[in-house]
Amino acid sequence: MSTETTTKEILRGGQFLVKETNCEDVFTPEDFSEEQKMMRDSVIEFNDREIVANRDRFEAKDYALTEEVMTKAGEMGFLGVAVPEAYGGLGMGFISTMIVCEYISSGSGSFSTAFGAHTGIGTMPITLYGTEAQKQKYVPKLATGEWFGAYCLTEPGAGSDANSGKTTATLSEDGKSYKINGQKMWISNAGFCKVFIVFARIEKDKNITGFIVENDPSNGITLGEEEHKLGIRASSTRQVFFNDTVVPVENMLSERGNGFKIAMNALNIGRIKLAAACLDSQRRITTNSLRYATERKQFKTAIVDFGAIKSKLAEMATSLYAGESASYRAAKNIEDRIAMRMAAGNSHQEAELKGVEEYAIECSILKVAVSEDVQNCSDEGIQIFGGMGFSEETPMEAAWRDARIARIYEGTNEINRMLSVGLLIKKAMKGHVDLLGPATAVGNELMDIPSFDTPDYSELFAEEKEMIAKLKKVFLMVAGSAVQKYGPALDEHQMLLLAASNILIEIYMAESAILRTEKNVKRFGEAAQKEQISMSKLYLYNAVDIIIKNGKEAIVSMAEGDEQRMMLMGLKRFTKYANQPNVVELRNTIAEKLKAENKYCF
Amino acid sequence: MKILVCLSNVPDTTSKINFTDGDTKFDTNGVQFVINPNDEFGLTRAMWFKEKQGATVHVATVGEASTEPTIRKALAIGADEAIRVNAVPTDGYFVAEQLAEIVKNGEYDLVIAGRESIDYNGGMVPGILASLSGMNFVNTCISLEIEGNNATAVREIDGGKEKISTTLPLVIGGQKGLVAESDLRIPNMRGIMMARQKKLNVVEPISASKATDDVKFEKPASKGQVKLVDADNIDELINLLHNEAKVI
Repeated sequence: MSTETTTKEILRGGQFLVKETNCEDVFTPEDFSEEQKMMRDSVIEFNDREIVANRDRFEAKDYALTEEVMTKAGEMGFLGVAVPEAYGGLGMGFISTMIVCEYISSGSGSFSTAFGAHTGIGTMPITLYGTEAQKQKYVPKLATGEWFGAYCLTEPGAGSDANSGKTTATLSEDGKSYKINGQKMWISNAGFCKVFIVFARIEKDKNITGFIVENDPSNGITLGEEEHKLGIRASSTRQVFFNDTVVPVENMLSERGNGFKIAMNALNIGRIKLAAACLDSQRRITTNSLRYATERKQFKTAIVDFGAIKSKLAEMATSLYAGESASYRAAKNIEDRIAMRMAAGNSHQEAELKGVEEYAIECSILKVAVSEDVQNCSDEGIQIFGGMGFSEETPMEAAWRDARIARIYEGTNEINRMLSVGLLIKKAMKGHVDLLGPATAVGNELMDIPSFDTPDYSELFAEEKEMIAKLKKVFLMVAGSAVQKYGPALDEHQMLLLAASNILIEIYMAESAILRTEKNVKRFGEAAQKEQISMSKLYLYNAVDIIIKNGKEAIVSMAEGDEQRMMLMGLKRFTKYANQPNVVELRNTIAEKLKAENKYCF
Repeated sequence: MKILVCLSNVPDTTSKINFTDGDTKFDTNGVQFVINPNDEFGLTRAMWFKEKQGATVHVATVGEASTEPTIRKALAIGADEAIRVNAVPTDGYFVAEQLAEIVKNGEYDLVIAGRESIDYNGGMVPGILASLSGMNFVNTCISLEIEGNNATAVREIDGGKEKISTTLPLVIGGQKGLVAESDLRIPNMRGIMMARQKKLNVVEPISASKATDDVKFEKPASKGQVKLVDADNIDELINLLHNEAKVI
């Protein structure tokens, strides 16, 4: 199902930085349709019944259970949500896909990984790049869970440098098949999958090539033992060895040498879905922590009434609120762009590929931000539970261990940080996003004398929105100056890129939270959004601090003397509050609401 | 066989209960509504009749447009058609009269209603409905088999079970036992998509008598502080019960 598509101009990926977004144009979780809510409730019920209830078995590495629940998920139609109807799926829109992914992923990281690996990188390469025959043959079985998929990219020597894999594909003399030889590592779902997406190099090609390989032990495919991991314990993770594995030429995915592109595009979708997958985990962690804090008494007081605990709960809820806001904002952009391309005559395949690729920057931002938020949240969750949080008896320690992998897979957070800024600069070079004009304007503004007028901040979010606009200037100042100084060699300045990315991430997340609340205030009134307003302000306050720290680091690393002084002054000017928010009061407001509702209720 | 399952739209069991308008109205703010659990057991049994005996299943509710997500869930689970009587369900008699009109027009062989709804716990609707429709009636039904025109039902009675043989047309007041809790269905994705295309007929209420009015709701008094008395100190316990609690 596709939610209503506006005919308005849709912002391009990365353009949020230089164009103002109206709150009416963002999609929020409050905009879910009745049908989407029903889907969500259905997934929640399934999750509670099949996954949460079996938590102990997942933690005891019950791999068979993972497969069994995956099969049930297939029967429920959860695996085919994103698959076009022509190939046995349900052909639902991107937002619906995100909803299913979000709510099915919170019961256990083990299941979340199996689900993500199968529906994302295990199935998508075929739906997005497969020939008609390949799609007809494989996708219906993958969409219903009759077969499961796995994605073989990583090798012992090729992790983040994915294109450096040593696995080879050699064409047979009769030209009818390839022989694949090599070793793949950390392959999720390897233990029970039927279809591998394998990346291998043909001759001395610069880029790798993708193949669809059916799992057949008699065809030179052997599996390593199950890896014993910190978290996601019941996710089957094995090495896969290919020894003269014969693959018919018609199983090549897309064209020769196109594998790296397939791998990267599959990951773009994987990243935003991974963000979704972390959201409901964070929600459950927050609610569980809140409930524990309400029951646990020390000094004759429920610990939820202590400021030390309130502060944690308020921060946990706030980062989740921002995560939800940003994830569904980007998801709607993607859905709209896919619809726009299809209306313009693109095939579903092309439209989806280009639609997601357009927002690769946002996908990277979300992957980093939400995976780190869920980690921090679970860490604070353990802290609230105290000693009990450290025990396997409560769900906190598993949540914490399971969250850890999210910062590593689908591209490490370091790779994604650098990618987000790198892609933005590339887009600017291509003329898709005009960074140069705004960056020059900021440069000029730095030389001017700042205005001493006191603006009118009486309207809701007036100061916060101005702050967001100023924070964007910080990014433009830092990134603009970095590009000018280092040009193409900027890639080598990783610490600078990381700092710039931290600024970019905070801008997107803070702005998304504010836009969501602003939209909801217009619909539901300010009184009904009191806590959401507090969360938006609190998130921004934290974001400003992060931006000051990273801004300083970046400026000092690349500028000296007067230029450095001028930029540091700019940083100060662009991060200055006229009215400092009272964060203690904000956190109290949020925590009191959480306490009253006894759950994350936003 | 044509089956009508009557659904009540009730607050989720975990909802916080509050009242407004001087304690005369239930505060629906922030409350999530679900299919009344007793009705859901009946709906699931009806699905069994549909799949195994080719029955047609309609669902009906008396409620405003806000109840539609609940009805649509029943369609997503597999009901063929839905009817919503566009009215606030004021009391049991009113609801039963509205449903009786639907039963009259729909020529149903079997009407399954929950024994009671878990919000106001009136427990009146199935009985009144059977009476108004002139159908046989089995209440607190925990098992139901149909063969041709004959029905075999099991009722829960105090301390045991009662097996009853009766004939269609029949109204039952159902509950847990008609199916097990683990049999309750979660709407699958295709069902949810199909629900969009199924008929949801909205009909206006017939004029009906409202027999009662809500005057006031009261929540149970909140529990006071607990005093723990040492097991050896019987005298103090008696003293407290006699002089403070004044119960002995």
